[in-house]
Amino acid sequence: MDIMFIIGPVAFLILAPIFGGLLTGCDRVLTARFQSRVGPPFLQPFYDVAKLWHKEKTFSNPVEIIFTTAYLLLIVFTGMMYATGGSFLFVVFSLALAHTFLILAAYAANAPFSNIGAERELLGVMIAEPILILLAVGFYMVSGSFETFHMLILDVPGIVYLPGVFIALIAVLTLKLRKSPFDISTSHHAHQELVKGVTTSLSGRSLAKVEIAHWYEMMIFLSMILIFFANYPGLSAIAIILAFLLEIVIDNVFPRVTWKMTVKSLWIITLVFGVGNIVILGICGGMLL
Amino acid sequence: MSSASKSPWLLHYNASSCNGCDIEILAALTPVYDVERFGIINTGNPAHADIFVVTGGVNEQNKVVLKNLYDQIPEPKVVVAVGICASSGGVFRDCYNISGGVDTIIPVDVYVPGCSVRPEALIEGIVKALGVLEEKRAALEAKK
Repeated sequence: MDIMFIIGPVAFLILAPIFGGLLTGCDRVLTARFQSRVGPPFLQPFYDVAKLWHKEKTFSNPVEIIFTTAYLLLIVFTGMMYATGGSFLFVVFSLALAHTFLILAAYAANAPFSNIGAERELLGVMIAEPILILLAVGFYMVSGSFETFHMLILDVPGIVYLPGVFIALIAVLTLKLRKSPFDISTSHHAHQELVKGVTTSLSGRSLAKVEIAHWYEMMIFLSMILIFFANYPGLSAIAIILAFLLEIVIDNVFPRVTWKMTVKSLWIITLVFGVGNIVILGICGGMLL
Repeated sequence: MSSASKSPWLLHYNASSCNGCDIEILAALTPVYDVERFGIINTGNPAHADIFVVTGGVNEQNKVVLKNLYDQIPEPKVVVAVGICASSGGVFRDCYNISGGVDTIIPVDVYVPGCSVRPEALIEGIVKALGVLEEKRAALEAKK
């Protein structure tokens, strides 16, 4: 536990952006192949960030430097706390705070596309947070603790008790990987509205920071799948890869999902699968656990 | 080849073009030509762009817009005039409302003539623009 307390966060700090960038590259190549194109090189996301880092520093409002830096630092901090095996509730609220800074950065620009992007990013937080809180509650009922460490050492993996919450998490991944809906997303794919949403007014280093933060965040969300398959590393690796591929398929099959459809469908999924799962666990908990 | 020329993001602006060249620009994004092979993205956002692709001969109404977009693109940036109208004004050159080419308003680095321009010519023009982008980046680094 003590050594893991140091190794986990350091490994996250160094490896998460590398894996995050590579996965983004994979995503872009696979999406291109889906559309019968060759697509960019695998390392394209790294080239993009390196280029952005060396662009001229222009700001619509200089305060965006503080907000985008706070967004990146908070995401990294959240991930590192998560990697120590600390409180899952902390991770949930810290992520929401990090997103608040991204939203503030978009509002600071005081430009129409940026402002609508910020409003829709707020919607995104509103859709994702209930599912994350349900995840924390579900694991508390199973493991008796909010500590991620205790969730990971369960004898019977969480997926057995919380399949509904797992489905809700997979559903919200589409939103969190910035794929769907097209009128919130700031992905690199052509199917998007609002120019670039929250990042419309950000350029150069500010945009590079948001991009790197996104790699970290992607790894945080994908690693949440890991908790469901505690003690079975092989199974969790397969689940993460399958979930990621599924997201790419969903992205390409439903390129015209709007934010209204997203709010409705994800809240229904949260209510039916997430809350339903928790209620059933609450009623029959004694017999199951 | 540095990261600057490996990740060129385009901003496309139609300065009173007939849409012929614009259709060819979009054709370059399709599976047949697939410019994303070179890391090229059509951003539609001046704050993210590196290469400014302009079509049309520029009229009195949109020369302010053209200048405004150019000013919003952070350095290093390259301007590509696509089509004969953008290069010189073409058949509209002497019209009372036409400026006569993009270079009458903003500095142009690469000219891609044609009516309408073929996607192959356009891609070659962009690749030429990458060389210019690389030079500008080096000059900018040297200045620092």
